Amino acid sequence: MKNKLIPLSIFLFFIVIFIIFYRGLQNTNIYTPNAKSSFEVPSVSVRLFNSNEIVNTLEIFSSDKFYLLNIWSSWCVPCRQEHSILMELTKNDNLKVIGINYKDTKKNAKNFLKELGNPYDSIIFDNEGTNAIEWGAYGVPESFLINSNKIIKKYIGPLNAGSMEEIKSFIK
Amino acid sequence: MKIFKLFLIIFIIFPINNLKADNEVLKIKITKNLRCLICQGQSVYDSDSEFANSMKVVVDNKINEGLSEKQIYTYFKNKYGDWILYDPSFDKNTYFLWLLPLLIFLVGGAIIFNKFLKKSK
Repeated sequence: MKNKLIPLSIFLFFIVIFIIFYRGLQNTNIYTPNAKSSFEVPSVSVRLFNSNEIVNTLEIFSSDKFYLLNIWSSWCVPCRQEHSILMELTKNDNLKVIGINYKDTKKNAKNFLKELGNPYDSIIFDNEGTNAIEWGAYGVPESFLINSNKIIKKYIGPLNAGSMEEIKSFIK
Repeated sequence: MKIFKLFLIIFIIFPINNLKADNEVLKIKITKNLRCLICQGQSVYDSDSEFANSMKVVVDNKINEGLSEKQIYTYFKNKYGDWILYDPSFDKNTYFLWLLPLLIFLVGGAIIFNKFLKKSK
């Protein structure tokens, strides 16, 4: 009996290992961040781009409207692509577009907005990139759809026509 | 008596070592245990990407605010999930991960022990 038990347990052990590795083959080895996160707006003090005032983020997102927080920078090429979509979305009365200007200089950022238009209701100035981390962001561009202090949807990378339609269906 | 002395020395040396570990050492330790999420196989400490540089500034700020190492890890875990830590925490999702090597070691030990026992018989 004992003689049979050891080969059997080794066999079972290899079967388990095989199943784990076989299933692992189907997994992608590229990390895809959890895009469907629903967490609350972080409460931090931030500097505003235009007035240089220091305010709390909760004040910016205080009303029960929908907000689209967009992390952008003048040096970021995909931000240029998605800018027309932001301009389109800002026409909607139910939605306020808030910007985080990420690791940028004020001069370049102002030129960028002058050239392509300013969709932002207010802009947070984040020259160190630390504010973006408070939001759990990876880089630019990234957008968060916010309602009543909760992040409903996270868009990593530039917005496209599809995500624009999705945002519109959310804020209806 | 000798063992007692040894323990005494260990007890004296360890706290002093900890006191000497200033903020910079702590910062390096923390950033080495944080994964740079946009890089491939690099820690925040090793990377020079925009993301990693911002993370270093945040770690610095948090240390200056007086947060402990553990609190800083929890902070990042809440923002980015378990994946950001190289050293996953010990909870119900990771019991298997942490205990499996120990289990294999024990089973291996038992087999060897068994063999010796048989031989000596």
